[in-house]
Amino acid sequence: MRRTVFPHKLLPWLLLAPQLAITLIFFYWPAAQAFRQSVLREDPFGLSSTFVGLANFRKVLNDPAYLNAAQVTVVFSLLVAFFAMTIALFLAVQVEKIVRGKGFYRTLMIWPYAVAPAIAGMLWLFMFNPSFGTLAWPLRQLGIAWNPLLDGEQAMALVVAAATWKQISYNFLFFVAGLQAIPKSLLEAAAIDGASRRHAFWTIVFPLLTPTTFFLLVVNTVYALFDTFGIIHAVTSGGPGRSTETLVYKVYNDGFVNLIMGDSAAQSVILMVIVIALTAFQFRFIEKRVHYG
Amino acid sequence: MANIFLNDLRKNYAGQEVIHGITMTIADGEFVVIVGPSGCGKSTLLRMVAGLEGISAGTIEINDKVVNDLEPRQRDIAMVFQNYALYPHMSVRENMAYGLKIAKMPKAEIDQRVAKAAAMLELEPYLDRKPRALSGGQRQRVAMGRALVREPSAFLLDEPLSNLDAKLRVQMRLQIKDLHQTTGQTMLYVTHDQVEAMTLADRLIVMNKGVAEQIATPHEVYMTPASEFVAGFIGSPAMNIFTVQVEAGVAVLPGGHRLPLAGLPADREVRLGLRPEDMEIVGDDTPGIPVVLRSVEWLGADAFGYGMIEGSDVAITLRLPGSTAAARGQRLRVAPPEGRLHLFASDTGKRL
Repeated sequence: MRRTVFPHKLLPWLLLAPQLAITLIFFYWPAAQAFRQSVLREDPFGLSSTFVGLANFRKVLNDPAYLNAAQVTVVFSLLVAFFAMTIALFLAVQVEKIVRGKGFYRTLMIWPYAVAPAIAGMLWLFMFNPSFGTLAWPLRQLGIAWNPLLDGEQAMALVVAAATWKQISYNFLFFVAGLQAIPKSLLEAAAIDGASRRHAFWTIVFPLLTPTTFFLLVVNTVYALFDTFGIIHAVTSGGPGRSTETLVYKVYNDGFVNLIMGDSAAQSVILMVIVIALTAFQFRFIEKRVHYG
Repeated sequence: MANIFLNDLRKNYAGQEVIHGITMTIADGEFVVIVGPSGCGKSTLLRMVAGLEGISAGTIEINDKVVNDLEPRQRDIAMVFQNYALYPHMSVRENMAYGLKIAKMPKAEIDQRVAKAAAMLELEPYLDRKPRALSGGQRQRVAMGRALVREPSAFLLDEPLSNLDAKLRVQMRLQIKDLHQTTGQTMLYVTHDQVEAMTLADRLIVMNKGVAEQIATPHEVYMTPASEFVAGFIGSPAMNIFTVQVEAGVAVLPGGHRLPLAGLPADREVRLGLRPEDMEIVGDDTPGIPVVLRSVEWLGADAFGYGMIEGSDVAITLRLPGSTAAARGQRLRVAPPEGRLHLFASDTGKRL
C-alpha cells in the first residue's frame, strides 16, 4: 500500500473535518444521547429526569409488544433482503442477455432507487389501497379478500413488496457490475468443459459474485432494519394492530408519539447492539465463504 | 483422436465478412498452426471450430460429423485460452477435474487422470493451490492440464504462450511439442509468433485478412511462399521484396541496375523476393546488386547488414557471416544463388 505523506500536520485534519463533523453531530452525539437517556426516566411533563439504571431495559425486554416487534423485524428483514437480492440477481443476469437496448433497460432498472422511501410507500399504498387501488380490484377479482388495512399478513406483504422494490435497483447495479467483472473467457472455458449455462452459473458465476453478494447482504440487512422506516410509516404506520411494527418503528412510536423517552432510548441501544452483533457475525462466519479474486 | 474438415468456412460480423471461405482437412494426430498478424481472423477461426463463434456459411466436420449446430461441449474438443481462463475460486485440482465432474466420471478415474496430467506437467506440488498463487508458467501448465485430462478428440490452443516471458516461452514450446508427440492428439494452434509456428507445426495455415494465403508444411511455406504476403510474413529478418522490370531475361532493379536471372517470366513488371540469407557477395565484375550499407548488426554467429540498393531508396537486408568485416557506408555487390529467388505477380501478389 502506498502511503501519502502530507507535508503539513493540519491539512489532513482539515480535509477530514466535514466528514468528521457530520459523523460526530449526526451519529456519535445522538448515540451518546441515546445511551444517556436509556438509563433515565423522565417525569410526565418532561421537566426532570431520574437515574433508574437498567430498569428501562428490563421493562422493554419484558414487554410482549417489544418481542412482537422483534419477531416482525426478523420476518420483514429476511423477506426484504432475500427478495431484493434474488430478484436483483435474476434481473442482472437477464439484462446481460439483452442484445439491443441494454443501456435503456439498465437505466429503467435504476430509477426506483431515486424515489424517496415515503413516496415509494405512497405509490404502493395507492396501487393496493383496498377502496381505490388500481391493483386491488384485480386482486379481488381473483378471489383474494384483499384488505391490507385489516389483514396483518397482507399488510406485511405490501410493505415487504414496497421495500424490496426500492432496494432491487441498488442491488441490481452492484450485481451488474459484479457480473461484468467476470471474464467472458471463464464462461467459454466452462462451456468447453461441458457445463450447461445453468451449471456454469452456479459453479462459476455465483461463487465469483460472492464478494458482491456478501457486501449486499450486509447493506440489505441494515437497509431492511433501518431505512424502511419511511415506507412502513407511509403504508401501514405499523398496523394493522402491531403486525408491521418493526423495532425501528417502535422506537419512533414510543419516543416521538408516546413520548416515553427512556423506553425508546433503551430500544435504540438494544437495536444498536443487534446491528453490531449481526454485522460482526456476517463478517466472522459468512465472509469465510467469500472468494475475493 | 479426430480429423477435422473445414469446408468453405465463412464468418460475418454485422454484414462484414471477416473469414472469406477457408477449406482444409486436418488429419488425425496432425499439429496445425494458424499463423498471421493480429486481426487476420486466426482466433475467430479457432473459436468457430470450438463452437464459441457462430458459423455464417460453410461447414465444420469433426470425425466426419458436421458440428455446425453443436454446442462446444458436444464437440469433444478442449481449448487452452490465451489468458488461461482458470477458475480463480478453484484449486488446481478442481480446475482440472471440473470438466470430468460434469461428465459424471467416477471419482477414482478423475483422481487418476488428474494425477497423470499433473505428473506429465510437473504440477504435483501445486494441486491444492489456487491459480492466483501460481506463476504465469504454472498457470499455463494448469490450463494445458485441464485440456489434457479430458482426453478430447482435438486440442485447440489460442496463443497459449503469448503471456509468458521469452525464456519460459521456449521451454513451454518444447513441452507442447513433447506433449503432442506423446499423446499423438490432433492440435490446432493459433499464434502470431512465426518461431512457434515454424517449430511446432506439421502444417501451417498462414492467414491474412480472413483469407488462408497458404496451407502447407513449414518447409514449403518458407521455401516456396504462395504469395508476397506469406513471403514477407514468414522469415526473420523479412524477405527483401521489390519491384523489377523484366526485359529479355534481365531484371531491371530499382536504381537501373541490370541483373540477369534464370527463371524470369516474359517481359513485364514483377515483384522479386530475395531472402537475406540468399545473397552471396560477388566480385565487382560479376552481375549483382550493388548495396550501400547503412548499418551492420553483429550477432555472433552471423550479422545482418541493412542497406539501400545503390541509386535507389529501396532498403535491403543481407545476412552476412559472423566473420564479416563489413561496416557502415561500405559498398557490397550481392547476387542470389541460382534458384533462390521468389517471383510474385505485381497485381495479385501470387507466386509466379
